[in-house]
Amino acid sequence: MSATLLRVAQVSKHFGGFSALSEVSVEIAQGERFGLIGPNGSGKTTLINCISGSLRNDGGSIVFDGSDISGLPAYQRTRLGIARSFQIPRPFSSMSVLENLLVPLEYVVYRRSLHTADTHAEAMQILQSMGLADKADTPSNRLTQVELRKLELARAMAARPRLLISDEAMAGLSSTEVEEVLAILRKLNDTGITVIMIEHIMRAVMGFSQRVICLDAGRIICEGTPESIVKDPEVQKAYLGA
Amino acid sequence: MRRRVPPFGIGAAATVVLAGILSLTGANEYIFFAGYVVLQFVVLATAWNILGGYAGYVNFGTAAFFGIGAYTGVVLFKSLGAPLLAQMAAAAVVTGLLGFGTGLLTLRLRGIFYSIATVAVIFIAETLMMNWRYVGGATGLQLLRPSPMLPFETYTRMLFFVMAVVAVIAVAIARYIEISWIGRGLRALRDTEEAAECSGVPTLRLKLLACTVSGALMGVAGAPLPMYLSFLEPASSFSLNYSVVALAGAIIGGTSNWLGPVLGAILLASMQQIVTVTISSEMNVLVVGVMLVVFVVAAPDGILGLIRKLRRPRAAAGSPP
Repeated sequence: MSATLLRVAQVSKHFGGFSALSEVSVEIAQGERFGLIGPNGSGKTTLINCISGSLRNDGGSIVFDGSDISGLPAYQRTRLGIARSFQIPRPFSSMSVLENLLVPLEYVVYRRSLHTADTHAEAMQILQSMGLADKADTPSNRLTQVELRKLELARAMAARPRLLISDEAMAGLSSTEVEEVLAILRKLNDTGITVIMIEHIMRAVMGFSQRVICLDAGRIICEGTPESIVKDPEVQKAYLGA
Repeated sequence: MRRRVPPFGIGAAATVVLAGILSLTGANEYIFFAGYVVLQFVVLATAWNILGGYAGYVNFGTAAFFGIGAYTGVVLFKSLGAPLLAQMAAAAVVTGLLGFGTGLLTLRLRGIFYSIATVAVIFIAETLMMNWRYVGGATGLQLLRPSPMLPFETYTRMLFFVMAVVAVIAVAIARYIEISWIGRGLRALRDTEEAAECSGVPTLRLKLLACTVSGALMGVAGAPLPMYLSFLEPASSFSLNYSVVALAGAIIGGTSNWLGPVLGAILLASMQQIVTVTISSEMNVLVVGVMLVVFVVAAPDGILGLIRKLRRPRAAAGSPP
């Protein structure tokens, strides 16, 4: 197994008296396809909010590529190479699809330059690979659900991440659409990008991931290969009840 | 894609030259008296739009920055006899810092909570000035205007020209912010702050920058007020009218583009001046209210939105709601 890219060590997060994450530890290797599952409210999104910097963890540490990032604001983590998509798509709705990609391109990759030939070409190239090229000039508030989810991934890609976190990018999509998004994520992984996938669609996450953890009530209850996870009695209990 | 400056530069230069020529002609003094107020609101609406329009943070505190600008001017004048330009420069620094400070304290609040906090800034500033003897406390301060600089015949004419220059500078700054990478970042954080941050946009820094620039411009607009009135007192300097007209001007004109606040402020402030002279000075507040209601109902994207709709009637009619 290759070098560790992300190390989450004993990370906790409380909201008032509610403990959303308690001492979660996990290591993710460079280039890995990693699955994160768990019932609703188990802390999956809280965990990736802590990793991406949308939330600050209360305890523990998050180390990315050898340096502790737990104190950094989200935009600096993005610049270090952590990009994410949002569970509920959050496009920059006053902008066109292309402009949505220009934001990370201008703020992460080509710093402080404005809509140059380079940024335009790179944005179009990403849109092409996502199958959104013909929508480049469409206002992003006119997109369909599938297109919005692809835009989420495309915008994350435009930050040229080394770690991509996909938060339920496939929820609500038809099975052919799920295949489409899976193919995109596999292609990204082939180029060396580490992918963390949060997903409720078991077929997708189990087929995609090399390794899976299952969260329940803010704790990791099981870690292993997809095959071992589905057989685990703890996991079955968490999902189906006792 | 990037449009180069010339047309805007020519327009800006032409405005300054025109204002200069006008203030040297024998036109009626009232034109300059009223024109000054209109230009002052162009500055205020433009400044408001940098934070309120581009970043979506609705600031009700315009009057605080405007009033502090005026008081900075008066303090410098009274203590050092500083010239007008020095008063304005000092006002920019003071209100810029005030913008930065209040931004630091309030920008973590979102939506309506931020707006409420900005109202508080007015009352704090007004109360402070009311209790400061040196600047006349609640009764205010009478000032003797120095003679105008050549080639201007009267002080009001000079102030008119100065405010025209300030307006052009304010619009140029707003336009620069709008079309630069800063503008894209502000739009992104207005649309969705969390996604902007995760796309590498330093949201807090950009908001602080917008708050500082916006505050400084408002202060500059207020600095010549004591000289304009030959008098200064807290209640009228910190009047909510400044906040409301700045905000209403930007909204009526359209917040998406630098031209919106300019058009809106000219329309609104001119109407106010006309109503003040022809009907009554109380009615001019009603004008703001009525126009704001009319525009919010009939043209939510302001004058700019109307123009866009008229230009592309087919596209607008063909699109689903």
